Amino acid sequence: MTPRPLLAGTFLLAALPVQAQEMRMAVTTSFENSGLADVLLPAIAEDTGIEVQLLVVGTGQAIRLGEAGDVDAILVHAQAAEEEFVSAGFGTARQPIMYNDFVIVGPSEDPAGLADLSSAVAAVTAVEMTEAPFVSRGDDSGTHKAELALWSEALLDPETFGPWYNAVGAGMGSALNTAAGLNAYILADRASWLNFGNKGDLAVLFEGDPALYNQYTYIPVNPERHPNVQADLAMELQDWLTSPAAQELIDNYTIAGEALFVFNADDPEAASPTPPAPAPIE
Amino acid sequence: MNDITLGLLEAARLVMTLDPELVAISLLSLRVTLSALVFASLIAIPLGTLLAIQRFRFRRTAIALLNALMGLPPVVVGLVVYVLLSRSGPLGVLGLLFTPTAMIAAQVIIITPLIASVTHQAMRDLWSDYHDLLISLNTSKAQRIATLMWDGRRTLLTAALAGFGRAIGEVGAIMIVGGNIDNATRVLTTAIALETGKGNFALALGLGFVLIGLAIAVNFAIHALSRTEREGRW
Repeated sequence: MTPRPLLAGTFLLAALPVQAQEMRMAVTTSFENSGLADVLLPAIAEDTGIEVQLLVVGTGQAIRLGEAGDVDAILVHAQAAEEEFVSAGFGTARQPIMYNDFVIVGPSEDPAGLADLSSAVAAVTAVEMTEAPFVSRGDDSGTHKAELALWSEALLDPETFGPWYNAVGAGMGSALNTAAGLNAYILADRASWLNFGNKGDLAVLFEGDPALYNQYTYIPVNPERHPNVQADLAMELQDWLTSPAAQELIDNYTIAGEALFVFNADDPEAASPTPPAPAPIE
Repeated sequence: MNDITLGLLEAARLVMTLDPELVAISLLSLRVTLSALVFASLIAIPLGTLLAIQRFRFRRTAIALLNALMGLPPVVVGLVVYVLLSRSGPLGVLGLLFTPTAMIAAQVIIITPLIASVTHQAMRDLWSDYHDLLISLNTSKAQRIATLMWDGRRTLLTAALAGFGRAIGEVGAIMIVGGNIDNATRVLTTAIALETGKGNFALALGLGFVLIGLAIAVNFAIHALSRTEREGRW
């Protein structure tokens, strides 16, 4: 083959992007799937000049990215893991930003009768009793941890469940796709559910229990641990995320007329180990 | 059927309106894959040819290994490149993780064995034809490799196109090392995975048809270029 300088020249190795005002933040799939990022990122770029590059992963991987110093900040929702991350010195401090809630979605005929129950623990117990198909994220994400917390509160162990319990090890959207295909129950964050395009025969069957409260927390990666992180930009972003401008955008973000997130960066109680459960959204 | 029709319509809409985001991710797909192809070919074609003509002790083992490496699982390659390039990994200081460069590196690793192996197969047959002639002309090793590569250029093109085909459709490795960052490392395959995850099957399929179209177009373009330049000399 003759050398083709045209091809070789046009597609030279990618030069590194200019690092001036770009920073990387690992966020959870539920945050990205909500569509809120599409509202916040342009506003952040306009107000602060920071171009935030999102790595959309589960909370487990987001924390790993922060530990390795591959991102400048993380925005996640798994309190125990966050506290461990900060106490091990990987992050500077937890900054609560906002919360939303989880819903239990399932087949509209509701074989386990969730719609009549009063608590989330009773709801998952009913699913276990009827052995109705259930899809679990199974990926160590914040949503997965929230689901495991429900099972453990119901004194049940998913390890012992039969084939009705499907741990798919995938993101929120893929897990919802699986649930739609199996016509199964699944715990989902409200934002991802509302934005999901393949609902099939699924519907929201249980919601509103304060146990389904879901706090999002912003943590800058500790520059003492990883000198390469852009700590200044991470702090600038934190200032913006806790500002009235962010509050306005977060509180007013709706899908199909439903508010999704409640800004609570100004609530001193939000970061405490046992946050008072706020009233459910709606 | 319905989803497929919707996907075709979506593909047509994306292409007709020259959707700027689609253009950007398609160009990045092409840039990453064609760069990887150039680098992989520069390594693999001489290597495959050398393996065909050079006799050495572990030649059979080397060839068997090369053939086995054709089946390298991309997701494992992605993971290894990720761990190497991570800030806490040995090459972390380069700061290459989540850049197109990292994606190119992963793809070079994936397609080099494929191109080298196809090259070796073709060159071995050609070498058995040329062996006596090239030996009797008292040619140097470099001259033999150059002659084989030149006369086998059509097969080498096929080898390169096979590599291109594997790279352009690859998602596992570049998802891990690129991170699928919007406006930075999102390419067609990772965008398809993302839209599938959101349940947007029509858009995902639309992007899929665009990807297939792109792969066919590149193949045609390379064939056309080669023919017009070298008419009747293949």
